[in-house]
Amino acid sequence: MRFDTVIIGGGLAGLTAGISLQEAGQKVAIVSAGQNAMHFFSGNFEDAGPVRERISALFAAAGVRTNALDGVQLMPMGKFQPVSLTLEDVTVFPEEHIAEKALIVNFTGFHDFYCTFLAETLEKAGTACRIRFVRLPEMEHLRTSPSEMRSVNIARVMDEYWEKAVADIRILLGDEDLIILPQVFGLKDASVLDKIRTSLPARVAFVGTMPPSVPGIRTQMLLKRRFEVLGGTFLMGDEVTSAALHEGVVSSITTRNLDTARLFADHFILASGGYFSKGLAATPTQVFEPLFGLDIDYPEERKDWYDADFFAEQPFMDFGVKTDASLHAVKDGEPMKNLFCIGSVLGGTRKEDYGTAAGLAIRTAFAVVDTIKGGNV
Amino acid sequence: MKLQEYTASAHNFEECMKCTICTAYCPVVPVNPRYPGPKQAGPDGERLRLKDPYFFNQALKYCLNCKRCEVVCPSGVKVADIIQSARIKYDHAQPRLRDVVLANTDFMGKLARPFAPIVNGTTALGVTKAVLDATFAIDKHRTFPKYSGRSFERWLKRRAKEQAKFDKQVAYYHGCYVNYNYPQLGKDFVKVMNALGIGVQLLDKEKCCGVALIANGMSKKAAKNAKHNVDVLQKAVDAGLKVLTTSSTCTMTIREEYPGLLQVDNSGIKDSVLLATRYIYQLIESGQAQLKFKENYRARIAYHIPCHLEKLGWGIFSTELLKMIPGVEFTLLDSNCCGISGTYGFKKENYESSQAIGKPLFDQIKSVNPDFVACDCETCKWQLEMSTDYPVKHPVSILAEALA
Ligand SMILES: Cc1cc2nc3c(=O)[nH]c(=O)nc-3n(C[C@H](O)[C@H](O)[C@H](O)COP(=O)(O)OP(=O)(O)OC[C@H]3O[C@@H](n4cnc5c(N)ncnc54)[C@H](O)[C@@H]3O)c2cc1C
Ligand code: SF4
Ligand code: SF4
Repeated sequence: MRFDTVIIGGGLAGLTAGISLQEAGQKVAIVSAGQNAMHFFSGNFEDAGPVRERISALFAAAGVRTNALDGVQLMPMGKFQPVSLTLEDVTVFPEEHIAEKALIVNFTGFHDFYCTFLAETLEKAGTACRIRFVRLPEMEHLRTSPSEMRSVNIARVMDEYWEKAVADIRILLGDEDLIILPQVFGLKDASVLDKIRTSLPARVAFVGTMPPSVPGIRTQMLLKRRFEVLGGTFLMGDEVTSAALHEGVVSSITTRNLDTARLFADHFILASGGYFSKGLAATPTQVFEPLFGLDIDYPEERKDWYDADFFAEQPFMDFGVKTDASLHAVKDGEPMKNLFCIGSVLGGTRKEDYGTAAGLAIRTAFAVVDTIKGGNV
Repeated sequence: MKLQEYTASAHNFEECMKCTICTAYCPVVPVNPRYPGPKQAGPDGERLRLKDPYFFNQALKYCLNCKRCEVVCPSGVKVADIIQSARIKYDHAQPRLRDVVLANTDFMGKLARPFAPIVNGTTALGVTKAVLDATFAIDKHRTFPKYSGRSFERWLKRRAKEQAKFDKQVAYYHGCYVNYNYPQLGKDFVKVMNALGIGVQLLDKEKCCGVALIANGMSKKAAKNAKHNVDVLQKAVDAGLKVLTTSSTCTMTIREEYPGLLQVDNSGIKDSVLLATRYIYQLIESGQAQLKFKENYRARIAYHIPCHLEKLGWGIFSTELLKMIPGVEFTLLDSNCCGISGTYGFKKENYESSQAIGKPLFDQIKSVNPDFVACDCETCKWQLEMSTDYPVKHPVSILAEALA
């Protein structure tokens, strides 16, 4: 099967590249083994500032709405974090004093939303907080097994019964000017968020929960659908198992499901993620890129891989695939001619040019798309 | 020493990292509060069941075995295999008569076929449906698949000589549905293969793949069928034949469930059992054969990918083939379960869930408003034709009707 470009990995990086290339008229296939880091997404695209208009436009066409605002976001563990581009689910505040009085509402039995941490932080910044719980009969079946009181399960109930929750919150609301709710709304359809905002008589802020991330999962679904609507081929749950390489050129790849039906393309993009997504792998003696065996720089001594202080920045998080200036993968010291690397598989190797985290995923995807579109590959 | 039993599972439940992503995509969770969901029913439950079978939960029967949880799991946990194996291992309840009837698709087919007009007439009657509903708990809303008066096997046997004239040959695992309910699909398949210059042979007496037996708690019988099928498939493979199929579910069962759930070794035949769409696509793509299509063929087609085809990862062959036909306007429907899942949706207790699961798909079909829906699965066809006003055609039948 022949494509213009085949992308390995369907996370934020792979989908951004895939959608852009389809929009430019290319025939693209994305192969993705299982789901990805978007399912754990906080809603904040770190380091995406320099491309926020371009990515917001791409998202908007997919039905993903964003806030391109500078400010702070209240994080699940009760810290504030500066932001410049977030999903619409995130309420962006100009400063840490976010309200005079806030009502923090949670669902009874939902332990992945840390109301007391949030209250502590807010009180320090001068916001008086009250914590209250809502209990809906429609959710009782989840409570029979505590491990099922999870964000996604609640969101599936809320997609249908959000109005009942809103009715209860109206009763609980006192003289607060802000209501804080967990991000468990709008798994399929984000318009619920606006409906909730307009049906309550105070400002509403949605704050992230422990994973999985409801806004992240919705975004992933919408981006995948956009890619498919544009005519892209998304091979879900399949895994690239080998590649045919010759003199620095990848001619085709095989996948677990398609086996003998190889995928041929002019360009290949490796967007396989970091350790978490198995784009990078490690044993006690080596760190490697499992699919192509691409070059990775890291210290020989294992003790130099990590910092014994668990909370310090860990050196191994910066290890990643080596690339040339235009993000061609490097193998055995030589840049490959038609294999690019984008997103977390780069680790921290291109921090200076493209940042880290979601910003790295988006900015490297755009850079490679521009190279491919420009024809100067 | 029970230690080994406590800690070792044939399935990789210990690779679960509790991310709940499977639960986010399971079609049953939002419609059936009694179903604990893939994570709880699968890896979490497995850990407990290994300690004490007491923890086996009858609610596992609500799992459709659609495999969507496996397709999305980032850790590659075989969630649905864990659930189905647990049902096989721990559920010793005798299947009720209704389930036996629904599960024995080939036996029922044989029995019903000679009386096809009567059976079709009576199962279509409101009275019969009401009786089935009351005594058998088969939901009265269901339209029964029609039984065909003459089996596909008989049809093809009569044409064995003319099929043998082709230099290139393939064997065909037609499955119960083509044989008893819808021989036309088999005939369409033969037409397309002949147009490619290939003759079609029957296997030496295939049996039902067993998928409905597994789903209804008759795994011993399913394993017997599996062993028989592997033997006859091996004969064909030894004779140098590829074995083609038109049912995505039979194919998934033979290739994946035989070793995964029934412990029947299929290593000698697995790579030779292929969906017809895959085989045809690869033949055309490699330039070994061509199909000539009508010049004036026009169709607006919406394609629905069946769950088991998504699991196989072979939907791309069907969609690429359809896109190859000149005059086709193609829309890919979102990947959603249609809700029937074989015999599941026929049961009265599942009817409502079944329709609720399928609703997003039904709604999307209506909004796309195609000339017809394309789909590789026979039970999806029943469900979609009953629940929407659109006819559903198999990609192979579409190829056949578009042939010049
Ligand atoms: C748990 C977690 C939470 C994060 N939260 C944030 C956040 O809130 N904000 C932020 O800015 N950044 C966050 N990040 C950083 C994150 O890495 C980026 O934001 C970004 O989503 C990474 O995208 P990616 O496409 O590079 O990789 P991934 O999202 O990891 O996607 C890689 C994909 O490639 C697939 N794959 C791997 N190997 C193969 C193969 N051989 N064949 C086929 N497919 C393959 C994987 O299955 C996976 O689907 C988080 C990272 C993690 C791990
Ligand atoms: S998706 Fe996989 S890893 Fe995540 S909870 Fe389900 S089985 Fe476990
Ligand atoms: S196989 Fe389907 S129905 Fe069963 S748990 Fe998995 S996703 Fe749910």
